[in-house]
Amino acid sequence: MPIVNHHSSVPVIVDEDKCIADKGCRVCIDVCPLDVLWINEDTGKAHMKYDECWYCMPCETDCPTDAVKVKIPYLLR
Amino acid sequence: MTTTINDIPVIDTDVLVIGGGTAGPMAAVTVKEQDPSLRVILLEKANVKRSGAISMGMDGLNNAVVPGHATPEQYVKEITIANDGIVHQPALMAYATRSFPMIEKLDSWGVHFQKDETGDYDMKKVHHLGTYVLPMPEGHNVKKILYRRLRRVRVEIENRFQATRLLKDPDGNIAGMIGVNTRTAEPIIIRAKAVIMATGAAGRIGLPNSGYLFGTYENPANCGDGHAMAYHVGADLVNLECFQVNPLLKDYNGPACAYVTGPLGGFTANAYGERFIECDYWSGQMMLEFFKELESGTGPVFLKLDHLAEETIQEIETVLHTNERPTRGRFHEGRQVDYRQRMVEMHISEIGFCSGHSASGVWTDETGATTVPGLYGAGDMASVAHNYMLGAFVYGQICGESAAAFVKDRAVPQLDEAFVAAELARIQAPLQVKDGIPPEQMEYKVRRLVNDYLQPPKVTKKMEIGLERILAVRDDLPMLSAADPHELLRALEVQSIIDCAEMAARASLYRTESRWGLYHYRVDFPEQDNAEWFYHSRLFKDADGNMASGKRPVAEYIVPLGEEKDAYSKMRVKKAANA
Repeated sequence: MPIVNHHSSVPVIVDEDKCIADKGCRVCIDVCPLDVLWINEDTGKAHMKYDECWYCMPCETDCPTDAVKVKIPYLLR
Repeated sequence: MTTTINDIPVIDTDVLVIGGGTAGPMAAVTVKEQDPSLRVILLEKANVKRSGAISMGMDGLNNAVVPGHATPEQYVKEITIANDGIVHQPALMAYATRSFPMIEKLDSWGVHFQKDETGDYDMKKVHHLGTYVLPMPEGHNVKKILYRRLRRVRVEIENRFQATRLLKDPDGNIAGMIGVNTRTAEPIIIRAKAVIMATGAAGRIGLPNSGYLFGTYENPANCGDGHAMAYHVGADLVNLECFQVNPLLKDYNGPACAYVTGPLGGFTANAYGERFIECDYWSGQMMLEFFKELESGTGPVFLKLDHLAEETIQEIETVLHTNERPTRGRFHEGRQVDYRQRMVEMHISEIGFCSGHSASGVWTDETGATTVPGLYGAGDMASVAHNYMLGAFVYGQICGESAAAFVKDRAVPQLDEAFVAAELARIQAPLQVKDGIPPEQMEYKVRRLVNDYLQPPKVTKKMEIGLERILAVRDDLPMLSAADPHELLRALEVQSIIDCAEMAARASLYRTESRWGLYHYRVDFPEQDNAEWFYHSRLFKDADGNMASGKRPVAEYIVPLGEEKDAYSKMRVKKAANA
């Protein structure tokens, strides 16, 4: 069965200028209950890789540099 | 390359706790408090720091039995009545008597509860009869406090491991668990002399109306893995047809928090701003009135706060927008909804299994024991009715004590190698399927079937069709495909969801009466039938490996119900004759 990539607008936004994941920080990635935040291999920064968010906010609350913002997913807005 | 049992080092422990949300950390800490020499592993699918239903804290205790405000006997009576009589009172009583000591323990750990000007706990009345709600406006730090305790007593924590099946020894006692790392797909085998399950609700079996798979009422990590594992290891589950259906903010799908707003003057209203239910405490009977209003000409239903004073609204906003589901404020902002100006639209949640709010789950008695020796259950997955967060803590503690006693003098259990080999193959199968169905599609399909065919009001023929279609999805499992370890996590969760969907259908078909208001409202069996159905319904795997049902007698009451026995069947506000 052929598979296609399905495009979604994701709710967690990471400000790459503020994110220090390239310096080894993993706080948002560690605390995500759904494990949807991963390192972007191209930039070394955190990004939302899977559209499986509960908009629960530990990533934003625990981020040491205020780089993470959780928006309400578009379907619920 | 397929991993076999010989490739994996078996990890040995005295007690294994599965699930690091609320009950799990308390259970793990308790085992170490009982006997610091015992080895305790706490396994968590996410990260213990921020996992479970209270990852962002909790805004209050919904079932605090505080001396001077309520007695354990009053509490046991009220929950028995609220749950239409089908409860295991000894388990409720064990909770109720330990409720206050647990509050004091948490207080001593640094959890802040609201106190009045004299320093007493500031109790609020939300239930129909008694006073059991204790606000915790600074409850956002509960997880941090639990984490510190885990470190202090040296519980070993294994984050990002998903348990997939429990193991038994040749005598039928629990022997441990097999699972998988959610980031690497590496299998893990833990041999344990006792296992405590604290895997949370099955909150991802129905589909939110928005169509957003992860926009569930419950934390979507709580997808029923524990219910499925308990079933497969041969433990009894009970009263699964007593679904969880909760009132919530429409689309946001988080709690409207009548328990927070009620004591401050807020209430559930119809489109005309009129109160239509006597009591906002979540019971099946209340939910039935909620559902009727929602479907009626005076619907839909709203949370009404717009009549309150500015300082009251600010207090409500502070509590609701910093605890439990803090993005709620952001949701309102996006729709220009201000509590001061208009009522907030409410709806009902998708179905789930959750003893925290209703009464279904893996059968556990007053010692936290399941029907499998050495296996214990606490929190939203175990069957103690209306347990909420404090019940999860209390039963975490009870299970910790029971497990510590069970492992004393027990030898290292023997593992069933053939079973382990078969499970390793099952775990890894989706990774081998290159040209198949992605987990997301299979999950959407089975959850949509749950909504279409199992959501109450329940109709026999619809549920039969639903069961048939759910079983057809099960037949598709050989096509389930995972492209990476993260998709494997979802693929394994889908299998728990399918198990839970089948359980929900079979349990609902088995009980041929209506009970628990909306939770088990069968349109073609509309009456409660105590002669035939004053029982817990059992669901279990029979000797042939089939899903079977049966009855478990309700233990003799230790607290009689007296005159108030019908209090919860009079939920609708009475209109004056001349109105």
